[in-house]
Formats: sequence, structure tokens, C-alpha cells
Amino acid sequence: MQDLIKATGLTKMFGDFTAVDGIDFSVSQGETFGFLGPNGAGKTSTMRMIGATSPVSGGELTVLGLDPQADGPRLRSRLGVVPQENNLDDELSVYDNLMMYGRYFDMPRADIKAKISELLEFVQLTDKKDAKVQTLSGGMKRRAVIARGLVNTPDVFILDEPTTGLDPQARHILWDRLYRLKQQGVTLIITTHYMDEAEQLCDRLVVMDDGKIVAEGSPSGLIDEYAPGEVVELRFPVGVLETLNGQIEQLAPRTEILADRALLYTRDAEHTIASLTAQGLEPETVLARRSTLEDVFLRLTGRTLVE
Amino acid sequence: MATPLSLRVFEAEARIYRRTWRGSVFSSFLNPILYMVAMGLGIGSLVDANMPGGVDGVPYLTFIAPGILVATAMQTGATEGAWKVLGGILFDKTWESRLASPIGTRGLLLGHLLWSSARVLFVSVIFAVIISAFRIAPLLESLLAVAPAVLVGTAMVSATTAFTVRQDTYAGLPLYFRFIVIPMFLFSGAFFPVTQLPGWLQPFAVATPMYHGVELARAIVVDQSPAIAWWVSTLYLLVWIIGFGILGVGPLRKRLKP
Repeated sequence: MQDLIKATGLTKMFGDFTAVDGIDFSVSQGETFGFLGPNGAGKTSTMRMIGATSPVSGGELTVLGLDPQADGPRLRSRLGVVPQENNLDDELSVYDNLMMYGRYFDMPRADIKAKISELLEFVQLTDKKDAKVQTLSGGMKRRAVIARGLVNTPDVFILDEPTTGLDPQARHILWDRLYRLKQQGVTLIITTHYMDEAEQLCDRLVVMDDGKIVAEGSPSGLIDEYAPGEVVELRFPVGVLETLNGQIEQLAPRTEILADRALLYTRDAEHTIASLTAQGLEPETVLARRSTLEDVFLRLTGRTLVE
Repeated sequence: MATPLSLRVFEAEARIYRRTWRGSVFSSFLNPILYMVAMGLGIGSLVDANMPGGVDGVPYLTFIAPGILVATAMQTGATEGAWKVLGGILFDKTWESRLASPIGTRGLLLGHLLWSSARVLFVSVIFAVIISAFRIAPLLESLLAVAPAVLVGTAMVSATTAFTVRQDTYAGLPLYFRFIVIPMFLFSGAFFPVTQLPGWLQPFAVATPMYHGVELARAIVVDQSPAIAWWVSTLYLLVWIIGFGILGVGPLRKRLKP
């Protein structure tokens, strides 16, 4: 399959600070590709380079066969962007915001008008068409930004933390809409620091930390590779965890002691819970669950990792 | 063929302006009338009583009308280059959103300059109509005086924008208005000839874009020839527009395309 986006040794420097440190990745047609990582990992810088709104400091990057440096305007005309912040004009209506934006792409007004009706239907904002943006809820604003990003029928849709700051219900509505886009064959690039978001949406993702890619794969592939099996989460009353020196670590092949809880990585959660009782440990809560990308991330970034 | 995208920015600004146009048109009419009545007729009656030959040979109202026309254009230009610009890059970031489209930094800035000078044109034309309504000059002459006013206004949009795109907070703009715009408004020959200023101050007044516009507009309205050849002043104002326009691009790009 042809690569829509290809990066080799892609680097972004701000003065002496290296925000993106020589990363390689490629995205193919119709794929939903994720950049997962904590704040400051270099995700947004990478997105901005892909979106041709930030110059590349080093390495190579082609997007839709174009060089973002040399062909910025032509490239941007084929991209849709949902930035981290909702930079809509708060005092204009949803319709005016979308019309204004479509005009930046030099589309005829009649075409934009038709497109707006279609998109507002899609993001379920038809009845808010003439409402001022400042009267909308956070989730609605986000959906309006998504509609704005789709006005020019982009070949690649770039979303920087699409659901950060939204309540669970609003997030699910958004995920549903993005899933539909994916079904329509739109290539999606998403950054997120929500593990569940990456699991829900991404076909493939890279885990970023400190400007580097530390792992790459499908969500299930990454879980199988870095955090196979099941997890038992234990919570103890305040102060107890520190007194258990060594006891937890003996319960499973791999354990993580976090500030507020202990994680036991195991093949058989039931067996581990049984041995817990045998050891005479009495956690406040015991939760058995399947491994998630969060566990992968903990494993990879090594934060509070105890071998 | 694709229309230059700066015109799309112009169009967007017009769409945004539609929201507030009523109040804006109203004050565009009210301002000149207030100035003419208070300064021209009020203060003018005192001035004229003391100066039988008039100021520079004309009644005070006639003297200041073209001056205030240009001063208002200057102030309108400065305002257009200030809070709106800072809001677009710092607060609501609508300028940033534009750059995700095919529009580039230069197109964005040019569109902003075009729209802002259209605003100056609009305000100045209304002012010119009021001038002729006060029977200071025929309508045609007043409208001709709009040309230097628009040049001055655009020079100030350009210069103020170049200042604003270098700001990280809102703190700098009030200082800019207090120490640059208001002194320019008062001391660039609109209300009294700059020859009244202490000698060492006169070069500063002559260096302002407003002084050149006032001289040109006054020459048109009172049918005199300006102190400095018209083409020198025009060229000087164009240098301001283009020079500060160029000085604005770099910081704006650095800001919006880090």
C-alpha cells in the first residue's frame, strides 16, 4: 500500500531544545494512525510539521507526496486540521465560522453552503447552525471544529487531542463520529494521551516519550508484546503500601508500585488473587482486568518501574 | 484561477465586521461632528478672535478640519493594528486557524492591511462628507483629502501591527498608545502648526507619518501648496507602509508557525 505520510529521521528543534528527536514512521491510505504519549512528548510538534504549519528542522518528511516546506499551500489545501485549542471565532455563528473557513480554501460559496449542511448533519449540530459559538458546550465546540476541518473534504484529517477536556458522554459522541469517518475511508492522524482513545480508534500507533518513538504497533500487538495477560490492581489504605517491602513483588512476574496503587502483571489473575489471600495481605480494593495501553506505556517509559 | 488568498482574509474580516457595523458607522458620523463643533467652532471662536488673519491665513475651523480628518485616520489605523491582531495571535487564535488553510503568513498580513485600510477609507470618507457639510470645502476637495488620510492610516496599521506581533502580553499596547499614538495625534500639526513647537521637537513631528498627511490634506482643502513637495510626502508614507509591512512578517511567522 502507498504511504500517504512518510518521515525519516524527522526532527524539530526550538533553539537548543529538541522537541522531536529523529523519528521514523509512515502512514498508509485509509489508516487511523495515533501518536500516544504524555504532554511534552513531541506529538503536537510532529502534527504541526505534518500540517505544514511548522518548519522541519531535520530529516525528511513527505505528506501526500509533497514536501511541506516547498509545497505548504498546496499541501494544506488537501489537509483537515483539528488543533488542540478550539480556535473558532466565538462571536460568530457556527455557519459563519465554517463559511469563512471554506472561503480560505477558495471554494465557491454555494459549494461551501451545501457542504456545511452535510457536515452539520454529520456532527449533529444542524440545529446550532445559527448559534454563536460562545453559546455552545465544550463538546459541541469540538464537533464544530471537526466540521470546520472537513469543509475542504481533506485527504488526511489531523486531530490533535480531539477529546481532551471533554466529559465521557461528549467523548463517546466524538469517537463515534470519528469512527464513521474511518469507515468512510478517511485517513486519520490522532494524537492523544488517553490510552482508551488510542485503543478505540487507532489501527496502528506509535508511543512517544521525550521526542522519541519508543514503540510501534497495533494496540493489541503492543499489549501482547509489552504487557501480555492480565493485571491485578491493588489499593491499600494510605501508608500501608510502603510497609509491605518486597511482599507485593513476590506475587507476580512483574509488578509496578505506583503512588496510590500496586499493579501485578500475571497470566492468571484468579491465581494471583488467591495467593494474595494466602500471604495474608488485605488490600482495600482488588481489581482484575485485562492489560491496556496504559500498562504498555508504564512499561515502556519506565516511570516507577520496579523490576 | 485562484483569487489571491489575501482577498479571502479581507472577506473574512468583512464577515466579522458585519457583527458590529451599526455602532461603528454611527460613531464614524458622530466623532467628526463632535470634533468640528468642540474644537472648530468652540475653540475656533476664541482663536479667530485673537488672530484676525487666521491660522496660516484661514479660519481655525478650516485649519483643523483636514488635520482632524488625518488624525482620525491615524488613530483608526493604529486601533486596527492593535487589539484585534493580538487577539488573533494570542487570545482566541483565529489567525492561527487561518494558517492551517492554504493562506500563508504574507497573505494573512496583506489581507489584514487591505481590510484595515478599507476601514480607514470608510471612516475618512464619512469625515470628508461632514467637512463639506460644514461648508469648509467643496465635497470633491474634501474627498480628495481622503487620499493622504488613507495613506497615513495604512502606515499606522502597518507600523502598529509590526509592534503588536512582537508582544507577548496585553501590557505593551496601552503604553504604545499613550507614548506614541496620542502624542502623534496632538503634536503633528493637526491642531496648531508644528512651527509653534520648540525647535528641537519639530523634527520629531515632521518625522511622523501624520504630519505629512496633514500637510497634504490641508494643502488640498485650503488650496495651498504643502511645505514639503507632495510626492516626497507620498513616497515617505509608502515607505512606512511597505517597510513596517515587511518588518511584521518575520515575527508573525515565528509566532504562528513556530
